[in-house]
This record gives sequence, C-alpha cells and structure tokens, in this order.
Amino acid sequence: MKNKSSQPPAKCLRNRKQRATTFLFTAPYIIWMCVFILIPLGVVFFYAMTDANTGLFTFANLSKVFSPAFMKIFGRSIWYSLLASAICLVIGYPVAYFIARQKPSVQRTLYLLVMLPMCMSFLLRTLAWVGLLQDTGIINRFLGLFGIGPLHLIRNTGAVILGMVYNYLPYMIMPLYTVIMKIDPLLIEAAEDLGCNSRRTFQKVIFPLSIPGIVSGVTMVFVPAVSTFYISQKLGSTSTTMIGDVIESQFKTAYNPNLGAALSLVLMVLIFVCVGIMNRFAGSDTEGQVVV
Amino acid sequence: MKRLNKIYTILIFLFLYAPMVVLIVASFNTGKDITHFEGFTLRQYGELFRDSKLLPLLMNSLKIALASSLIATVMGTAAAIGIYRMKPKMRAAILTVTNIPMTNPDIVTGVSLSLLFVFLGALFKINGVLSMWTLLIAHITFNLPYVILNVMPKLSQMDPSLEEAAMDLGCTPFQAFYKVTLHEIMPGVISGGIMAFTMSLDDFVISYFVYGPNFVTLPVEIYNYTKKPLQPKIYALFTLLFAVILLLMMLMNLFQARGEKKKQLSRSH
Repeated sequence: MKNKSSQPPAKCLRNRKQRATTFLFTAPYIIWMCVFILIPLGVVFFYAMTDANTGLFTFANLSKVFSPAFMKIFGRSIWYSLLASAICLVIGYPVAYFIARQKPSVQRTLYLLVMLPMCMSFLLRTLAWVGLLQDTGIINRFLGLFGIGPLHLIRNTGAVILGMVYNYLPYMIMPLYTVIMKIDPLLIEAAEDLGCNSRRTFQKVIFPLSIPGIVSGVTMVFVPAVSTFYISQKLGSTSTTMIGDVIESQFKTAYNPNLGAALSLVLMVLIFVCVGIMNRFAGSDTEGQVVV
Repeated sequence: MKRLNKIYTILIFLFLYAPMVVLIVASFNTGKDITHFEGFTLRQYGELFRDSKLLPLLMNSLKIALASSLIATVMGTAAAIGIYRMKPKMRAAILTVTNIPMTNPDIVTGVSLSLLFVFLGALFKINGVLSMWTLLIAHITFNLPYVILNVMPKLSQMDPSLEEAAMDLGCTPFQAFYKVTLHEIMPGVISGGIMAFTMSLDDFVISYFVYGPNFVTLPVEIYNYTKKPLQPKIYALFTLLFAVILLLMMLMNLFQARGEKKKQLSRSH
C-alpha cells in the first residue's frame, strides 16, 4: 500500500510477500465471481441472441420482448414497484424515525423485530394475506360483524401492491433507520436554537441528511418488487401479471429459455438504468449502496 | 406528536406481524381452513413430527445453508482482506462485480446460473446437471457479497499499523494475521456469516431455478405445496421456525447488550 522507494530492504521484502498473499487470498474469490457471476451473464446474453431450435444468431427473441404485449407488462411492473417503493417510503419513514429516537436497548429490539419477518418464509406470509383478504377471509368476516361487505380485496392491483409493500417494507425501514440514527442530535438542537420549528428542522436538516438512506431503501424495495413472481400470482389476477411471472413461466412451464433469457436481459438493463437514475438523485454516493 | 408516532409505529408492526399471527393461530386450529378457527389442538405438531417428507427437506435446507455460509465466510473474509490491500482502481473493479448479485434481482441471478449449468451440462453431456452441487454453488455465490460487505467496514476501521506493530514485535506474518487482523475483524466475519446463513436458509427464488429433483429445499417444496391446498402441518413448521428464530434473535440481542456494557465499562476505567 504505502510503497515508498526509501523503505528499508526488509520492509520491501515484506511488501512483496504481502502482495503475494494478497493475490493468494483474493484469487479464489475472483475466479469464483468470474465463473459464477460474469460468465452466467454472458450465457444469458448468448441464449437471448440465439434461436431455440437452430442455435443460430437471431434478434427474434429481443424483438418479441419489445412487442406491445410484453412492453405493457414491463410498464406495469415498473409502475407497481415505483408505487410500492413510494408507499414504503411514506409509511416506513416515521417508523425508522421513531426507532432511531429510542434508547439504544429499545432501538436494538425494535430493529430485530423489523428484521424478523424477513427471516420467515415469504411464500407462507404472502399466502396468509390470501386468508386475510379473500371474500370469505378474516377481514371480511370481521367487517361482516358490522354489516359491511363482503368487499373484494383480492385479485386486483391494490392487493398486489399491498403484498409488495408488506414484503419489502423492512428493506426500506432498515437503511432509513441506519441513516437517521447517525444524525447528530446536536444538529437538530442547533436548528431549533436558531429558530426552526419542527417542520423546518425536518425540511432543512433531517430530510437532506437522510437522502442516502432513502435512495438505498427505494433501491432495495424497487429491485425485488419489479422482479417478483409470487406475489402477483397469489394476490393478483391475470390482468396484474408481472414480468417476473412471465420469465418464470418461460423457464418452468413454457420451456422457452431463449425468450426467458431475452426478457431477463432487458429486465436487468432496465433495473440498471433505474438504479443509476436514483443514485444520480443522491449525488455521487457510491459507498452507500447497501446499508444493511 | 411523539405519542402519535408511537401509536403509528405500533400499527405498522401490527401490519408486519398480522400474517404471521394468522399462520401461528392456524397451526393450533382443529379445522383445515386458515380463515376459520374451530378449536384448539396440537395435532398438527404431532403430524409434523411423524411426517417423513418435510423434516428431511428442512435438513436439506440446513445443510445447504450451513455449508454455503461456511464456505462463503472463509472465501469472502480472505477476499475482503486481499481486496482491502489492493490498489484503489483494482479494488473498485472487484467491488463492482461483488455488487452485481446484490443489485441484480434474484430472478436474474437464478436464471443466469440455471442457464450456465444447463449450458455446461449440455456441453459435457451430463445428465441431470441440476443437483445438490448446483444449489450449493448458487448459494455460495449469493452469500459471498454479504460476507464481504460485512467484513470490509471492519477492515477500514482497523488501525493498519497494528499488524505492522505485531510483526515488529516479532510475530510472523501468519501470527500477526491470526492474532491481530482476524481478531479485529471477527465481529464483521460473524455477522456476515450469520447473514449469509439466514439468507441461504430462506432463499426461494434463486434455489427455485437451480435445484434438482433429487435434492429439494424447504422453501422450494413450500412453493410446490402452495399450488395445491396447503396441509396444516406446514403452519406448525412455520410456528416452530418462528419460535427458533425469535429465540436466536433474543440471544443475539442479549449478547450485543452485554458486549456494549463491557465496552462502556472498559472505557470508564
């Protein structure tokens, strides 16, 4: 690291040795990531660009992806997940703020309570929503006691977005909490001493300082939400099919991996662009990509 | 305002826990319908323990989670130490690749690995290429970034002259590494390993694309189950797992609290 030419020879030798160990330490990882991260992306590209039967080069898969039917599904997926991200931000921010303002021991407990649902099977938790929302479900049964309903709460857009918000809310709360917790309380005090009311303090101090957490949270909700394939199957209808469902069906039921690869490729590029735009919002923040 | 926020936070926690409460209540239900509680019973738990299919699947999940998180922790920690000592340009390049599985959606990671395995399987004419090994490889791959991202901050918090000092005082480089560096970054290694383990244990999306018919994990089988009417013993399994994870988290909380107290004490002396 600090490789000055005026170093004594012993240190020089040590540096050389260190470089050798550095290489030995990292080599397995670099090879692993090349073989199982970079090459698979190349394989996706290869499948997307070849014909399923002949194996020859073709643009047919990609042009199919850009047909209006698929573009509509892409648009729907992005719209739903942007909506879900926005809702998560709005309902998650006060929770993160509340947790960050507690005693350290309470903070830790509440943080674990936010994390705990993420460790439990998301399939079963999503399935439980079916039981809650369906026409003969728990919520409608409860409303029925007051003579309301039954309301149609499931198999529609709202239910899919509810499922996304429910599943990914912890991903929003965690980075927000991490950022808000680190805000120096003296800054807030200073703002108040200088005559800011609580709204101005929030606008001028707390909110600007929590932007890295917001970007990280929105990214962490948006990416899994846009590519989800279970939530829409269980809570939605055929008119809420998302791109993840289409990709899954290409691999599991329709057996057209080439079209599936093309769809995955476009999805990947799309997310890359979306995340890039969001990071641009936060300024040049490269380190804060994953605040867990 | 403060009280309002407190009530609001409680409501959000209710929202987060309501579905889990539904599942836990369902595990004690005499009836099969999740929406209608007919009476209290422990029968589902008995059936769960007599079930010869679900428990081996749970064991499969545990095996994969344990093996993949161990391998990822060792490989990832070594890599993090190496990456930390690299020149900034090289470091940035490797960290960019490390970030790919984190920013890529799970479905793309799963699809890309599955295509790679199928491609290689066709190339080398291996029948049934999707197996326990492909599952293990996939899990190690998505676990590695979690380990590295947990270890890296600990490395940059560490005083680089510590290791030099150890060597100047007569430690061999290996001793210096083992006694100083590893000791300093241990909290990051452990939290990275735990995170990798839980991620692996609960992973469904990536596993779904790379599992083979001979080695199925619990989340994948649950997905296949949820296509048919669900057997209530799954709820019993969920409840037990919930209890185990709750217990683990409480223990973690306790350890952290004790660690902080120790730190405070040593600071005040």
